[in-house]
Amino acid sequence: MAYTIAEKILMRASGSKTVEPGEIVNAKVDVAMSHDNAALVSKVFGEIGVPKVWDASKIVIPIDHRVPANNIKVAEGHVKIRNFVKKQGIKHFYDVREGVCHQIMPEFGHVAPGLLIVGTDSHTTTYGAFGAFSTGIGATEMAAVWASGELWLKVPETFKITLDGSLKEHVFSKDVILQIIGDLTAEGANYKSIEYYGTAVDEMSVGSRMTITNMSMEMGAKSAIMVPDQKVFDYLKTRTNEKLEAVIADADAVYEKELKYDVSQIGPKVACPHTVDNVKDVGEVAGTVVHQAVLGSCTNGRVEDLKAGSRMLAGKKIHDDVRLIIAPASRQVYLEAMEEGLIQKFVKAGAIVINPGCGPCLGAHEGIIAAGENCIASTNRNFQGRMGSTEAGIYLASPATVVASAVAGVITDPREGSTW
Amino acid sequence: MVAGKVWKYGKDVNTDVILPGRFLDSYEPEYLASHAMEDLDKEFAKAVKKGDIVVAETNFGCGSSREQAASCLGYCGVQAVVAKSFSRLFYRNAINQGIAVIESPECVDALNKGDEVDFDLLGGTIKNLTTGKTLTFRPLPPFVMEILESGGLVEHLKKKMAK
Ligand code: SF4
Repeated sequence: MAYTIAEKILMRASGSKTVEPGEIVNAKVDVAMSHDNAALVSKVFGEIGVPKVWDASKIVIPIDHRVPANNIKVAEGHVKIRNFVKKQGIKHFYDVREGVCHQIMPEFGHVAPGLLIVGTDSHTTTYGAFGAFSTGIGATEMAAVWASGELWLKVPETFKITLDGSLKEHVFSKDVILQIIGDLTAEGANYKSIEYYGTAVDEMSVGSRMTITNMSMEMGAKSAIMVPDQKVFDYLKTRTNEKLEAVIADADAVYEKELKYDVSQIGPKVACPHTVDNVKDVGEVAGTVVHQAVLGSCTNGRVEDLKAGSRMLAGKKIHDDVRLIIAPASRQVYLEAMEEGLIQKFVKAGAIVINPGCGPCLGAHEGIIAAGENCIASTNRNFQGRMGSTEAGIYLASPATVVASAVAGVITDPREGSTW
Repeated sequence: MVAGKVWKYGKDVNTDVILPGRFLDSYEPEYLASHAMEDLDKEFAKAVKKGDIVVAETNFGCGSSREQAASCLGYCGVQAVVAKSFSRLFYRNAINQGIAVIESPECVDALNKGDEVDFDLLGGTIKNLTTGKTLTFRPLPPFVMEILESGGLVEHLKKKMAK
């Protein structure tokens, strides 16, 4: 038998000799991540009635969604989490200062090739950029994982997507994944695992790869995996003691669908309201007035994203009628961005820098939008009401497109009038 | 078996409209129930009754992993969601909350907003009392039925561990 990466990891985690797509396996979880919803998980865990979690060293809890707490109920939830962490002796807890879960999981070495990682967050697919099988689950099933260390999973069919060619100037991995989601649609990869290959992937930084695995969820993917290379090993080797060994697919593994892209043919893209698969060339929506712009999130809030955005400033000021909000994905990103002078550049240009965390991405605080307003964001979801009013429009784009638009006051092609 | 009414919606009904992020600050069942579907259908939370079913086109529940999108429907008394297809996270969450999820394009096409129905999970049928038609659907896998019969994953685990 020949197997895909997802099949091999699930086979190992479930102790099965063979697996096939559609089969349900009971798998042992290597790492279990929960963010603010750990408050709900711990409540359900209490109801199950097991006194101790299965393994206090395998649970990771970052608080990142509403940080610092934006109301009393949220503050109380955070207190519950801190108490639970102390009582259970959870080893890896990151309080509100640290940043977005999907950024700090790799930063603190909680991901590694071949691991089965589950998280109570849909964008847990991100860690596939490191060769892990990682997927989102609900709070109740996470409580079951905390109690037993196990979870039922259906073995997914796999899609193979090959990205060859070189990205053009002003085009980023965000544009590539938007193109793919536009082609496959919001449900085009429902329940599937995606394996990404190709020279364009090899050329990408680890962060750019994370943008692709992160957003693969937006077409329904259960997991999105890339074969880890030296860049990934270099990133992880000082951060984890886990074995750094790639799980690779067999040459004759069976794929349900195979797609190929030449990324040099892809230009800047924008996902328009109100679905992520409503993808257009930036030129088609250029000139649309924006009131808010957001550069941040687990999708595009890393140093390379801030750098790409800052290059679009080119000494100019943010448009008077636009609020540009910068949310570094983590404290480490924030520090590095300061050292590189990026934060100063943005503040001088009139941007608002907020603390690392999810911030306005999920419409909880720090940049809610009103009816009739438009926001262009480097985040990953533009559902109606996601960032505030249901009568507001959210446009998703690359960091360069976001900042170019913030400067111009209207959606702008980053290639236009650029000085680089 | 409880008789109920059909609430029918389109495709890609996402978790941000089923339960908007602004209401995720509490886990109180009544609070969640009172805001269910608020950004899609303001009437829903006011008029929904125990035994009602939600019917929708493809990709129901896409978006976030928030379990409250499933539990708020359960707290409203919704006993089943029937759709042409589901997002995987909503599908799992609903089962874990004890809500039946039926994937059946035929059933969806034969049910209209406001129809009176008798939903029978064990029998695998939906009787449309308004049109007089009886619809059948493929039974759920045995381990899913076990969870649903226990009333959700927590009750199921409790039972399992008591053994
Ligand atoms: S930044 Fe946005 S998408 Fe990422 S984890 Fe936070 S809320 Fe979710």
